Amino acid sequence: MAAAASSSCTLRGVGAVASAKPRSAAAPAARSARVAAAAKGPARGRLVARNAVAVTPRRMRRPRRLDPSQAALREGLIEEMKSDPTVCVMGEDVGHYGGSYKVTKGLAEMFGDLRVLDTPIAENSFTGMGIGAAMKGLRPIVEGMNMGFLLLAYNQISNNCGMLHYTSGGQFKIPVVIRGPGGVGRQLGAEHSQRLESYFQSIPGLQMVACSTPYNAKGLMKAAIRSENPVVLFEHVLLYNLKEKIPDEEYICCLEVAEMVRPGEHVTILTYSRMRYHVMQAAKTLVNKGYDPEVIDIRSLKPFDLHTIGNSIKKTHRVLIVEECMRTGGIGASLRSAIIDNFWDYLDAPIMCLSSQDVPTPYAGTLEDATVVQPAQIVAAVEQICQ
Amino acid sequence: MAAASFTAAKFLAPVAARSGGDRAPPLPAIGAASARPRRGAQQTRLRTALAVSSDVLAGNKAAQAAAGEPVVTREEALEVYEDMVLGRVFEDMCAQMYYRGKMFGFVHLYNGQEAVSTGFIKLLNQADCVVSTYRDHVHALSKGVPARSVMAELFGKATGCCRGQGGSMHMFSAPHNLLGGFAFIGEGIPVATGAAFAAKYRHEVLKQSSPDGLDVTLAFFGDGTCNNGQFFECLNMAQLWKLPIVFVVENNLWAIGMSHLRATSDPEIYKKGPAFGMPGVHVDGMDVLKVREVAKEAIQRARRGEGPTLVECETYRFRGHSLADPDELRKPDEKSHYAARDPITALKKYIIEYNLATESELKSIEKKIDDIVEEAVEFADASPHPPRSQLLENVFADPKGFGIGPDGKYRCEDPKFTQGTAQV
Repeated sequence: MAAAASSSCTLRGVGAVASAKPRSAAAPAARSARVAAAAKGPARGRLVARNAVAVTPRRMRRPRRLDPSQAALREGLIEEMKSDPTVCVMGEDVGHYGGSYKVTKGLAEMFGDLRVLDTPIAENSFTGMGIGAAMKGLRPIVEGMNMGFLLLAYNQISNNCGMLHYTSGGQFKIPVVIRGPGGVGRQLGAEHSQRLESYFQSIPGLQMVACSTPYNAKGLMKAAIRSENPVVLFEHVLLYNLKEKIPDEEYICCLEVAEMVRPGEHVTILTYSRMRYHVMQAAKTLVNKGYDPEVIDIRSLKPFDLHTIGNSIKKTHRVLIVEECMRTGGIGASLRSAIIDNFWDYLDAPIMCLSSQDVPTPYAGTLEDATVVQPAQIVAAVEQICQ
Repeated sequence: MAAASFTAAKFLAPVAARSGGDRAPPLPAIGAASARPRRGAQQTRLRTALAVSSDVLAGNKAAQAAAGEPVVTREEALEVYEDMVLGRVFEDMCAQMYYRGKMFGFVHLYNGQEAVSTGFIKLLNQADCVVSTYRDHVHALSKGVPARSVMAELFGKATGCCRGQGGSMHMFSAPHNLLGGFAFIGEGIPVATGAAFAAKYRHEVLKQSSPDGLDVTLAFFGDGTCNNGQFFECLNMAQLWKLPIVFVVENNLWAIGMSHLRATSDPEIYKKGPAFGMPGVHVDGMDVLKVREVAKEAIQRARRGEGPTLVECETYRFRGHSLADPDELRKPDEKSHYAARDPITALKKYIIEYNLATESELKSIEKKIDDIVEEAVEFADASPHPPRSQLLENVFADPKGFGIGPDGKYRCEDPKFTQGTAQV
């Protein structure tokens, strides 16, 4: 099923690794994420995160390569920048500072100050500048220091990034990648904890993907850079220090395909980004209770991979969506509606959607925990659906 | 700073008749320090509109022809004349066609401002870029987009330069390096800055050099835009990286019904250039030859890699903001003041006076333009509307962006995709 989808996904050059294949290296557990998060710094001020204590299975203790997500992203960037001189990076502190989450560390030394451009604090204008440069043949990667800052670039992202290919009658393409860390972190406060995927999803002409592991981070980064379409790549503030063994050989993840994380029979759980880890944490409890959840990381937030999702629903007949977006107008809301449109006849139970509360993310840790979906809620939801 | 090169752009005393206010003292030439405070004058100037009398009509040719020599050759004069007449006749035809129900929506005409478009764009190469606003028909024509393509686009036909998908406010042409056509004011300026960045990048990173120098980008926008954040952000970035761009302000004093003076704390826009470290030049935008002189220098600066220039062209639109604007707020004496400074009439007078061409030669140019514009209308009329199949084609450069359907195939592989009826 998913293999068929990836075979029709012909990306340039590289033998595309079927991204829907279950990873032999299990994704690091949620506990590791929590510990890793303690080590990460806020948007400004703290430099390199301390090495996270990654809880990895015994067989991976002596890996050939163990890369944190931010290094995987950086590798993807470097590979593409080496092979295509029109690829460039622009954003605040991406150059000399190495990026607020160190994704672009060392790139300015390698490629120079013009290819790794430190911009002034002017999101709307430098995003528009990236778009103009793309129209004239470059392939810019625009970084929002925090995805939330890209709200300031909404004019350019909506009007120019999404639309210019169409309004120009196909004359100009906009192969930009817009990326940055988003999502709810550790007590970063409301404005640094936003989920822009829900705001951008309606913009026609835009593709959106969310990475969640070092493997798919690198793969999606490379695919996004190579794509002729404008792609928004959502990284997550808490996932930069996750570690995973990734291949030495070159690979790409297909932008439009979802990832099968854990095959199962009883219920389809659709998730993405950080919530994948809460789902997998809940999955352990569920397995102990005798449930067999199928977990799919949808990865492509726009468009949805209805093939992988549909095949799963046709098997399990029950759907739970777990997302970090707010309940109102989030990715879950759109996904639910797409599932109803396409797979209504296969459902044995109403679709459940667990989202964050429609609340500005509070600073206090206890309240913040209450706004996002926790593993216990996921377990309860599955129990309810499977009644 | 190369500001000293801009000697052509001198200030003259404001005309008192405009608003009945006091005559303000003459504004300083650009080379002078702009930091000198002039408090008393500041007050008066803000109440008086900044009307500068035209050298050409007033007969004062000091700035242009010290020895009685014309500042352009015959060929240049005729090229410029033809381009301005094309702009004027085309826009007049647009008004006619709009009222006949052939074009729709918001149509913003350029009548009166032709000197700016012609003065700047006729100096560009094909590789240079132009970025405009919604008042973009004449910029497209000056850059070389055929009149029939622009007219067909306005009629919403498939043969339009944007296949009928853009419309009046979104003129694009890749072969002519016209990068739009933008409906929101200010949103084109970053795009222009990006095009200039790409020119510098091609030169420095990709090592693609041209003997002429860097490819230049012109960003056109109005007085209202100069209060917008994107304007200031791009002035900063362009000067910071010395991008090959010229920021051309078409100050026609009105942003729909908002007078520039009511919207702007310091209405002298050119002064905002030096605040960012680039030369700021003010020029009489009703005089194509003056505009051309200033444009030459600004474009050459950019080509040489010396960075951006801010040029404020004092100009005027003879029609309302758009064809839907009743234009009730502008005073008749202001309108007649500028009508008397019609750039086409002024150039015609200049050409005749300097014997660059005869009356009948100019008439034959006008006839040629009439024919071109009429042919453009006929072409647009006869062209087909875009078929349904065009609906989904250009949403994505790579249509895989519509994703994978339940059957495992990409949506764009659905045969109904090319018919424009696929579920996406």
